[in-house]
Amino acid sequence: MEFFKIRRTIPFMRYALVFNVISLITFLAAVFFLATRGLHFSVEFTGGTLMEVSYQQAADVERVRQTLDKAGYKAEVQNFGGSRDVLIRLPVQKEVPGAKVSENVKALLQADDKGVEVRRVEFVGPQVGSELAEYGAVALLVTAVAIVFYLWLRFVNWRFGLAAIVANLHDVVIILGFFAYFQWEFSLSVLAGVLAVLGYSVNESVVVFDRVRENFKKMRRASVPEVIDAAITGVISRTIITHLCTQAIVTTMLIYGGSALHYFALALTIGICFGIYSSVLVASPLLVWLRVKREWFAPPQRKKPDEHEGAVV
Amino acid sequence: MNRYPTWGYALIGVAILVAFLYTLPNFYGESPSVQVSSAKATVKVDAALLARVEETLTKGAVPYSRIQVDPVGVKVRFADADTQLKASDLLKQVLNPERDNPSYAIALNLLPASPNWLSAIRATPMTLGLDLRGGVHFLLQVDMKEALKKRLENLTAEIRQQLRDKNIRHTGVTREGDSLRVRFSDAAMRAKARDAIAASIPDLTLAERDDGQGGMLIATIRAEALKSIQEAALKQNISTLNNRVNGLGVSEPVIQQQGADRIAVQLPGVQDPVAARDILGRTATLEVRLVDEEAMRTGNHAGTDVFPENRRDGVKLMIPVKRQVVITGDQFVGAAATFDQDQRPAVSVDLDQAGGKVMRQVTRENLKKQMAIILFEKGKGEAISVATIQGEFGSRFQITGNFSPVETTNLSLLIRSGALAAPMEIIEERTVGPSLGKENIERGFNATMWGFIAIVSFMSIYYVLFGVISSVALGLNLLFLIGLLSMLPTTLTLPGIAAIALTLGMAIDANVLINERIREELRGGATPQAAIHAGYERAWATIFDSNVTTFIVGASLLMVPGAVRGFAVVHCLGILTSIFSSVVVSRAMVNLVYGHRRKVTSLSIGNTAWK
Repeated sequence: MEFFKIRRTIPFMRYALVFNVISLITFLAAVFFLATRGLHFSVEFTGGTLMEVSYQQAADVERVRQTLDKAGYKAEVQNFGGSRDVLIRLPVQKEVPGAKVSENVKALLQADDKGVEVRRVEFVGPQVGSELAEYGAVALLVTAVAIVFYLWLRFVNWRFGLAAIVANLHDVVIILGFFAYFQWEFSLSVLAGVLAVLGYSVNESVVVFDRVRENFKKMRRASVPEVIDAAITGVISRTIITHLCTQAIVTTMLIYGGSALHYFALALTIGICFGIYSSVLVASPLLVWLRVKREWFAPPQRKKPDEHEGAVV
Repeated sequence: MNRYPTWGYALIGVAILVAFLYTLPNFYGESPSVQVSSAKATVKVDAALLARVEETLTKGAVPYSRIQVDPVGVKVRFADADTQLKASDLLKQVLNPERDNPSYAIALNLLPASPNWLSAIRATPMTLGLDLRGGVHFLLQVDMKEALKKRLENLTAEIRQQLRDKNIRHTGVTREGDSLRVRFSDAAMRAKARDAIAASIPDLTLAERDDGQGGMLIATIRAEALKSIQEAALKQNISTLNNRVNGLGVSEPVIQQQGADRIAVQLPGVQDPVAARDILGRTATLEVRLVDEEAMRTGNHAGTDVFPENRRDGVKLMIPVKRQVVITGDQFVGAAATFDQDQRPAVSVDLDQAGGKVMRQVTRENLKKQMAIILFEKGKGEAISVATIQGEFGSRFQITGNFSPVETTNLSLLIRSGALAAPMEIIEERTVGPSLGKENIERGFNATMWGFIAIVSFMSIYYVLFGVISSVALGLNLLFLIGLLSMLPTTLTLPGIAAIALTLGMAIDANVLINERIREELRGGATPQAAIHAGYERAWATIFDSNVTTFIVGASLLMVPGAVRGFAVVHCLGILTSIFSSVVVSRAMVNLVYGHRRKVTSLSIGNTAWK
């Protein structure tokens, strides 16, 4: 069985401008939504209290909200998972020590309905939250710098590192844009997912770059865009198959993972879809624009005819 | 060309065997058990206790599956949770006849149910995080300013003592902010004082300042000393918490430093955060004060603090004591239950240097007078010992009262565990119910299993035999990863399970790269053996590069605490195991199939002929 029987090199680079315009538009849209709507951060980042409670029968969200309202809590109450499970989010209260809030709320809810079970409580002080955001930002920065540095080392030239990181940070921004637009909850596990996507798509770009390097050595008379076209065409079936496999496992996470892994899997799904696109169709045109040169990999040798030429595809 | 040396196959075989052995305990699960450990310093855990527990259970006709003793306590495993509860009730009745004063902590526990020979090679199941097994997690912030303030107050006393010992007159020692000021009426005294303080208290830097009267010495704590004060405060708080949590009978509590001024506490299995918080927040401190005998005689308690004393004969006395505190709780550095020269139970205590000096002076000046030791718990004070000062003593002395041996043990434990060096505040709390934990495991397991099945079926259809080999390699990757996670002291959380799943999804990439490369070589006209060789060889550079970049991301994720770190650890380990299994192990399998044949005409890797 074989999906892709690509006999001719696909001239991806001819459409480089189109791809770059598409990326620019999605990127700007993502930035726009991030700026106007912002991310809906979870309590881990903002500080506050999160409670997951479960009722014996279908929960009356409106009633829970009223009960808490009456007691003076500005709570955000919503159903999640099944109809019996309710998620309550409370902002940081200045007067009450944070750890007490959940206790008070539990007492309130139990006074209303004895059958309520508190399944999970998460209280985060405000200072911890802001620190986490800082850690996340630092992790992103370190990752970006380390990747550029490594690719520079492996590909002799910094331009490969730059092209890969620009293309893939653009993925990260687009994922964040989705989270901003739909106001999905941005939690720590989503942060892990987003950064994992960064690694995953850089991985993707590296596969293409490796082939570009190889082709520079093999295809001595081809132009730079031709070399890149051949490289992308050469790895395209691998790219799609790998992504199918990864997406398969992410999809099962979406289906079976429950609420805890939902947004994590969602971030990965977006990341994988845009990952293919950006690492292949954004990073490579960037290479052309950054003027990669054959001489970095293959010193010009004119005397011996190249026996490998045309061997690819 | 495509052969590994025999030792190569053997090595891979050994790796698989080891991984299998260490993965095994995870399948046995855990059996409900009861742990009996000592609740007091004087109560020992030994073979005798083991025999006693055994006898009790046999008499009570409670069947158990296994019993063992280790330094922590006696552990008994049971077939089900009902028997476990029955046993725990029975043991509580028999071992702790006095309910208010238990000698043993009896805790419900889960122990690995794997057979003994597995425990003998230290093969244990993976440690599960609180989100998978249920429990309470606290993050406590230590108030370092308060620790510093306390230390400065101690130093004030120390400086006064020094100057008095050396007969240096001063006009006052005060604390102002983060520094101490010592005032003098003349410069000569100040110079002498400066030398004396510098010689005896090296932690301070001294500066002179003239204020028009006689001069002033400004003492501040050195940066290194400051750091050690904070470290000491944190350490003391951790050990205090340890003592308190041990009294709770929680199995496997985790109390550890996090950052410069935080302590993370994890109590697996604890369902009631309120009770846990009470115990963590319990503040018991001791103070030594002089009894105001004047007030005691006259009954006029004005100007004194009055504390009750519950005497053993049942009489409750009210003891008026002077307001001035001689010794504070954090000056006690040790305490042990002992007996005095008349063989009466006593508590021997150790004070720190400053405390010892103060004690020496106070006892010298107040011979034959009464001194009270007051225990503050939950904001209420109680005079636990009122005794007459029989002679001058310093940093080590005995508290005698009408104590029973049990009481002296309790008291010494309280003194030792009593004082927090600095107050703490809960800045993060997480409670996960046990049912949610179980659900999370199930979800993670299902996601991984179905994803695995999807990938394996696709690969086997698409790449035929090479796909099957890739799938077996992927399965071994999972085995290696779980084996490694079971061997290492890491904790598996739900994000960790997500990382396992994701690692599998990403690990298959290496095999796809290899298989595609082999197909390409075949298409290019290479012989089957050459295609295998070139395919693995050429794909390797790419696999290495792409895994290094993924690893960089994983490693930098380790910096972010909490859920992200749980993800990152597994992710990083997974990258390592996947390189091994998808490159080395899959190659070994391919070699076994094709490498030893004389003539290979075609590879079972799917149709590569494009017509």
